[in-house]
Order: sequence, then C-alpha cells, then structure tokens
Amino acid sequence: MSQELSLTHEYDAQHREEPAADTEQRLVIAPAYSPGDVIFRVVLRAGGLAVLAVTGLIAFFLLVRGGGVLARVGWRFLTTRQWIPSSGRFGIGALLPDGTIIAVISLVIAVPVALAAALFMSEVAPGWLRRPLIALVDLMAAIPSIIYGLWGVFFLQPRVIGTVRWMSEHLGFIPIFEVRGEHTPSSFTTSTFLAGVVVSLMLIPIVASISRQVFSQAPQSEREAAYALGSTRWGMIRAVVLPYGRGGVIGAVMLAFGRAMGETIAIALIISPTFEIAYRIFENSGMSIAALIALRYQESTPEMLSSLMAAGLALFAITIAVNTLGSIIISRSRSGLQTTD
Amino acid sequence: MTEPTVTDVPLQLHRLTVDAVLSLLCSAAGALALVWLVYERLAPFSGIVGFWLCWYVVFLLLYGLVSGLQWGRRVLADRVAGVALATGGLLVLVVVANQIGYTVYRGIPALRHGNFFTETMGVTGPLDPLTSGGVLHALIGSLEQLGLATLFSVPLGVLAALFLAEMGGPLARPVRVIVEAMTALPEIIAGLFIYAVVILTLGLEQSGFAASLALTVMMIPIVTRASEVMLRLVPGGLREASYALGASQWRTVWNVVLPTARSGLGTAVVLAMARAVGETAPVLLASGFTKELNPDPFAGPQLSLPLYIWNYVRYPQPDMVARAFGAGLALMIAVLALFVLARIIGGGTPGELSRRQQRRVARDKAVQRRAEPGESS
Repeated sequence: MSQELSLTHEYDAQHREEPAADTEQRLVIAPAYSPGDVIFRVVLRAGGLAVLAVTGLIAFFLLVRGGGVLARVGWRFLTTRQWIPSSGRFGIGALLPDGTIIAVISLVIAVPVALAAALFMSEVAPGWLRRPLIALVDLMAAIPSIIYGLWGVFFLQPRVIGTVRWMSEHLGFIPIFEVRGEHTPSSFTTSTFLAGVVVSLMLIPIVASISRQVFSQAPQSEREAAYALGSTRWGMIRAVVLPYGRGGVIGAVMLAFGRAMGETIAIALIISPTFEIAYRIFENSGMSIAALIALRYQESTPEMLSSLMAAGLALFAITIAVNTLGSIIISRSRSGLQTTD
Repeated sequence: MTEPTVTDVPLQLHRLTVDAVLSLLCSAAGALALVWLVYERLAPFSGIVGFWLCWYVVFLLLYGLVSGLQWGRRVLADRVAGVALATGGLLVLVVVANQIGYTVYRGIPALRHGNFFTETMGVTGPLDPLTSGGVLHALIGSLEQLGLATLFSVPLGVLAALFLAEMGGPLARPVRVIVEAMTALPEIIAGLFIYAVVILTLGLEQSGFAASLALTVMMIPIVTRASEVMLRLVPGGLREASYALGASQWRTVWNVVLPTARSGLGTAVVLAMARAVGETAPVLLASGFTKELNPDPFAGPQLSLPLYIWNYVRYPQPDMVARAFGAGLALMIAVLALFVLARIIGGGTPGELSRRQQRRVARDKAVQRRAEPGESS
C-alpha cells in the first residue's frame, strides 16, 4: 500500500461502487519521491507515531509510578474495598463496581434518549430543522462537565428528590431501590442514581451524533423499497434503518461506556464517598476511580500518590480497552461504505 | 460536522393533517388535566420531574388510544414512535437550553458587579460580599493555558491527520483506532500522566505550563480526528490535478490540500479549544491552586476558570457559590463564543468560496478584464 502514491488511494476510494472489473486495471504510479517528499513523509509518519507514543507514554508512566505498589499488594488490589494506603489496605474492589453501576445507570437513561434523538434528526425532522439540531447536539457535547456538575447539584437534585423518595418508599421491596434508615430529604442527595442521571446527559451527544451518522447512511433506495411495500415510517425505520445502523450503535454505546467510566468532576461533585458496593442506587453512597483520584490527590504522601497512580492505571487500561473495541466496531460497521468519516 | 452530500432527495411522505394535529394536541391537554388532578389533588406526590414523567406516560397512552381507535394498530405504532422520537430531539433542546438558562440565572448576581472581572481572590475571604473578589486570575490563567495547549496540539494533531489522510499505509489503521479511543480518554488520566511526568519525574513545580500540557494530551486526538474528516472532504480531483502539473506530494499538500481544507481545519481547531477550555480534571492535578494573579505560566501555580468553580462551589457560603456560578457563566460564554466562531469559520464545504472570497474573485476578474480589453471582446 505504502508503495503507491496516495493519488491511487483517492482514485480507488472514489470509484469503489463501480463494478469489480474496473478495479483491476486501475492506475498504479510507481513511487518517485523527490528529496523534499521523503522528508515530508518522514515528518508525517513521525506525527502519526507521536500520537501512538503519547498513549504508550501514559501507560508507561502510570506503570512506573503505580507498578511498585501494585506488585506489593498483588491481586488483593482487585478485591479490597478500602482505601487506606498507609497500611497497605487499598484496592478497587468497591470503586470499580460503583463506577460501573453509575455508568450502567447513565447508559440506561442516555441510550434510548440518544437513539430517539438520532432517529429524529436523520428520519423524522423536517429538512430545515436538521442542521440546527445537529449543531445543538455538538453544543451539548461542548458544555463543560463542571457545568453539568453544577447543574446536577443545584438544579436537578432538589427537583428529583420527591420522585426518588416516592420510588424508594413504594418500590423499596426491590433491593436496588431500597434506602436504609430514616427517610429525610438529605438521605437521597448523593446517590449513584443522581450521578448517573447527570453523567447520562454527557453521554447523550456522544451516542446521538455517532448513531445519526450511521443512520443517515442507510441507503435511500432501501427506504423507498420499504415504503413501496406499504410500510409506515416507523415500520421502515425498524426494517431498514435500525438493522443498518446496529454496528455503529453498539460501538457508540461502548464509547459512551468508556466516557462514563472516566467521568470525574460531575461525579466527584455529587457523590459523597463511601467504600462499599453501592447497588442500592438511591442511597447516599458510591464512588468511582476517577472521582477518587480527583478528591484524594491533594492529601498526597508519596505512598498515597502511587496508590492513586495504580488506580489510574486500572482505569486507563479499562477505558482504552473498551474504547478501542468500540472504535473498531464503529469502523467495521462503516467499512462497506463509500465515505471513510 | 459536515455531511457527505446526499444526492437523493428523500420522499416527502408525511404531511400534517387536521386530524393528526388535533389528536396530538387533545391527547396532550387531556393527559395534562388528568395527571394534574391525580398527581396534585388526589395522591400525595411531589416533585416537578415526577409530574412531567407521569404526564408523558399518560400522554403517550392517550395518543396511542386515540390513534388506535381511529386508524388501527399500524398507525398507532407509527404515531407513537414518531412522538417518542421527537421527544428525544426535544429533550436535547430542553437540556441545553436549561443548562445555559440556569447558568445565566445563577451567574448574573456575581457578574453584575464590575469588580468580578478586574479583581482576584487575593484579599477576599469567604464572608466578603460579592462587591469584592473576582475571576481575573482565573481568566488570565485559562487564556494562557488554552493558548499554549493550542500551540502545542494543533501542529501535532494536524500532522497526524495529514498522515492518516494523505499517506495511509499499514500504520494508519492502528493510529486511527488509538486516536479514536483517545478521544474518550478519561480527563483525570491526562492530569495524572502529566503529574507523573512533569512534577514527579522532571521535578518541576505545578504550573500553568504543566496544565497546558495536560490539555494538549486531551486536545491532540480531538484535533486529529476532526482534521482527518476535513482533509478527506478535499476532492481527489484537486490532488490529481496538482500531481498532473508535476507537483510533488509535499507541494500538493502545502499548496492544494491545506488551503482547500483551511476553513474546515479552523473549525476543528476551534471546536477542540471549546472542549479544552472547560476541562477541569486534567488541570486539577497539574496547575495547582492560587488566589493571586500569576501571569507567568512557567512559574508557580496558576488558576483557571474550571478550577475556580471546582474550588469555590464547595464552600458553604452562598456568596462563594454565587462566585462559582459567575465563573461558570464566564466559562459558558467562552464555550458558546468559540462554538459560534467555529460555525462561522466552517460554514461551507471545502472548496466553496465564502462571500468575501467570491467578491475578491469577482474583483480580480474585473481588473483582469480592464487590463486586457482586446482579448475579452
């Protein structure tokens, strides 16, 4: 591939939908790089490698700074539900499940809303409304997470307490809705549920914009075929658009999950830290790795700091794995298309 | 982001009818009346969110019932789904409007006082009224850190994007996957990384420079991804024309590809800046905290707007919280301004001339015609 001039790639990319016979006699130009070009290509390759290098460096430095403690604590790091680095008793046994619970709550809220918004933008909305809506979703992605946090604590919290309290009192027989102890308004203020709601708002634009892109690439001819067979709009969406976009949506959800696991500031503002598995989602409890780092780094003895580095390493490994998988799925789902976007 | 142009025009199958509009509005009104009666009068519920949730469920049921009785199951599903999808779009609008509105509402009390933008928190205690203290130091810090981060990340990001779009090859795939994965890198990890490198390993102190490095780590993947999309929109024909004229690849990129994609690249950079200016977590570990004005990003701790909010919002005093919201409003204004700027820069598709460029072309043509009157006639 690299032996050809990029001219041929472009030619190839533009004519991919033509019959296969055509591609066999396509133009291949032998490389004849001038000295300037050689330098240019080296610089470009260095730029690409630098991005890879940054990722590698992050893993390397977190490993160097956190690896020592990690080796000493061993596998207990994954199961310990405490954070007392001075006595060596610390681990992500509660942090990881709590972070996952928050992420799952936020996905449960965000994914249906985001998919509805994406379908609305690509299928339902009249033409003049689409561009402003797309801009709006982009804007929603650009709102800083600290603003979401402020909004969650000062605006949302007082307004959902009534509903949450009602649910916990009437559905409390279901374990996840139970709230132990006496019910006062302040016993609902810092729950994983609230954190999940706020994080879900940050996930909506991620899922919505990726899904909209894959939905809008569903072939027009197949849509019209569905209509011609007597389908309603919703029937067409179910038969054509959703199956076509499935891969992209799965990838988008994975990217959103990675984002939710790494969300820091909004969670740190809302949650009051505890170190037990907070499966009772309305109770004042919960924590996540990222929020722990943000809240604890200041009281840093070298020992504490390296334990935080170890936690950061775990978070980095998880999110990079999830995100990489997600982006591979997304790029697969687009690979048959003419645009590589 | 700019879309690939769709040549097929979708069919217009759905037109508003009196029946559709009326059944929608009447279901909404009926549901409102019913829920209000039960929720506020009969049952001991409270909370505005719960009210609207109940209203929405009852509304969907009523609307489905009305459509179903009249038209049958298929129309029922179609109409209810249409409303549900529209709700998704509406919810996005409501959330964004609410975020902006609420920040403005809570931020105005602090912003009303002129000293908010001209003073620092150096001599202001938690109990002082809003007429003392401000965000000057955080504002300066935010600007400098954002400037430095842009300076570092844009060349690297655009280089990587050029690599992906113009060179390709076997290395491009892993780079693209990693870039995409890095766009969702946890913010706090960027801060932790810079803390490990700059402060623990190199032994420098916490400073605005370290914070800008952390922001750079966050910005590079965003710039790279967005720029690559923009570079790919440059028509291949332009490159081929350049090669056909004998230009080298380097000359083609420099004289054809980059100028064509200029407005798109500008948009990519400005959007990345809008993301970076609001990042709290990377800055939290890297820049340190100070109440004083520190215009030098290379020495000593330097505050920025997000960090200002993070610090002062956790005070119990209402005036401190008001200051935090004031800073939040300032931050929101900055983000909105950058966002609007991005829209203005990147209005058209690549190669499309802006109105100013069109005027210039027309002027050049007129000048040419006047210079060579014999040839044009």
